[in-house]
Amino acid sequence: MVNYKIVNEKMKTIFYVIQKEFIQVKRNKVMLRMIVMIPLLQMLVLVFAATYDLKNVDIFLVDKDLSSTSRELAGKLEASPFFTINNTSFDPEDGENELLRNADDMVLVIPRGFERDLIRDDKASLQILVNAIDGQAAQLGYSYAASVIRDFNKNIIAEWKGLPEFNPPYQINTVSRFWYNSELEYKWYMAPGVLAILVTLIGLFLSGMSLVKEKEQGTIEQLNVTPIKKIQFLTGKLIPFVVIALFDLSFGLIIAKVVFNLPIVGSLGLVFGFGILYLLGILGLGLLISTVADTQQQVMFVTYFFMMIFILMGGIFTPVDSMPHWAQLVNEANPVFHFMKVMRMVVLKGSNFGDLIHEFVALCILGFTFLSLAVWRYRKTA
Amino acid sequence: MEKVIEVRNLVKKFGSFVANDHLNFDVYQGEIFGFLGANGAGKTTAMKILCGLSSPTSGEAKVASFDIYKETEKVKRNIGYMSQKFSLYEDLTVAENIRFFSGVYGISPADRKEKQDKLLKDLGLESARDSLIGSLPLGWKQKLAFSVAIFHDPKIVFLDEPTGGVDPITRRKFWDLIYEASDRGITVFVTTHYMDEAEYCNRVSIMNAGRIEALDTPENLKKQYSAKNMDEVFLKIARNVD
Repeated sequence: MVNYKIVNEKMKTIFYVIQKEFIQVKRNKVMLRMIVMIPLLQMLVLVFAATYDLKNVDIFLVDKDLSSTSRELAGKLEASPFFTINNTSFDPEDGENELLRNADDMVLVIPRGFERDLIRDDKASLQILVNAIDGQAAQLGYSYAASVIRDFNKNIIAEWKGLPEFNPPYQINTVSRFWYNSELEYKWYMAPGVLAILVTLIGLFLSGMSLVKEKEQGTIEQLNVTPIKKIQFLTGKLIPFVVIALFDLSFGLIIAKVVFNLPIVGSLGLVFGFGILYLLGILGLGLLISTVADTQQQVMFVTYFFMMIFILMGGIFTPVDSMPHWAQLVNEANPVFHFMKVMRMVVLKGSNFGDLIHEFVALCILGFTFLSLAVWRYRKTA
Repeated sequence: MEKVIEVRNLVKKFGSFVANDHLNFDVYQGEIFGFLGANGAGKTTAMKILCGLSSPTSGEAKVASFDIYKETEKVKRNIGYMSQKFSLYEDLTVAENIRFFSGVYGISPADRKEKQDKLLKDLGLESARDSLIGSLPLGWKQKLAFSVAIFHDPKIVFLDEPTGGVDPITRRKFWDLIYEASDRGITVFVTTHYMDEAEYCNRVSIMNAGRIEALDTPENLKKQYSAKNMDEVFLKIARNVD
């Protein structure tokens, strides 16, 4: 029998697996399209759409006073870029109906005698009804409206009393500057978060699908009767996915830079270094799911479940600091939370490695755990 | 003759179901060993244990003189396997499949190229070298899967119903490949449903409900059961047992 020099060069075996994985991705037209389209769509659609910038608050005005003061107030609101007076009526109930129909966001009721009370008693009341189905938008809308009214109030007092402007004798003057995102550009806040989601999505699906596809096609058995070590096989499988996900991360960063003019303050090396560390964990999790599942559908379900929890808990839409304490603790085990934080800190603030030790340690632990569970769970012999 | 497979009291249970009930048999170097039995008789289970894909509940087995418990990786270097499920990568070409599996077995690129050219020439599939496996007819796929399974010159090749779903002529041609492999000294361990194929084997064992009921050459079995062909032998054994 011909005795081939069976050179146990681990690297060579891994190379053959990597080569095979790349060819398979290349042949899979759907996968290829996903790799290019997902970053494009996510960055362009999600970042633009998921904005908290308050632009259009529709006001329903019930002006029962019909005085010059009430008209002036309405004019002030209308003049602000945030408010549109959509409808007017004398009956507050009409306004309530509009709120019910979701046609307006806010009802402003100026009661009869508003101007008179203001002049005679130095005080008058207004009623604001806010549609608070979306609590965040409601609060923002209300506080904007309140500040317009407050300004109006000051000016009125100044005009009538002939004072330069109403200034109480002692007053703490707050001068605020918004650091790291001075224009409060919401897209800049969203973009690094969406990039983190992007990397997660690509990594989790690629790795989740790949092993279970081999199970479905029966090729896994063919591999399991070969002398390949499972570490070699899994390493060979993971490396192409790391490369693809990093490609998408770069692609996404370029889109963010070009389209949103995202300032990338920190070091790109740090972004990609953490990207690799993070991907090891995510890919490990994908593989783990893949070793447990038997079909691609099962992988889809489980992956989707993890994605939802990771992303919603991770602080893309809601600040983690305002979550209940237990949720913040749970988040320590959420890789998306850590990576999203790293992305935002490095990209927007220019944080250095020293600022990110906590995230580094957390991602190392999570990555090690997921990877070792996947290696342990994958068995060549059932 | 050298024993390449030794099985002693091999038992495999799935819960309370006994898939393999104290199997005992030997397979000798270079022979074509037919592993027969009805659906669910436990053939595939036993074969998977011998290939190291599944671990037995109890009993002992040596494959290529290596212990299947302790020396799994050494066993794997010395065997080839072709499953019921067709198992080359459908989205890779013929040459890419050969390259990948050669790589996994540590065959050098130079050796690979030489063997690959000869293989494709012998099979008459030179034109299919760069075709995707998925685009080839089933008969070709099976021939290729077999050739890839013995590409690294294993001592033993395990074939699990290799000819399922193809026409008699293709089956006959497939058996020519099996004979060639056997001539090269590769021991062939094959499961099948087709009783005409059983006649091609040097020795056959017939399993029923997890047990080996008979094991001999087709000639002796026919004499013993006074049957015209293996089909009758098989039916007699199955009926006696039931």
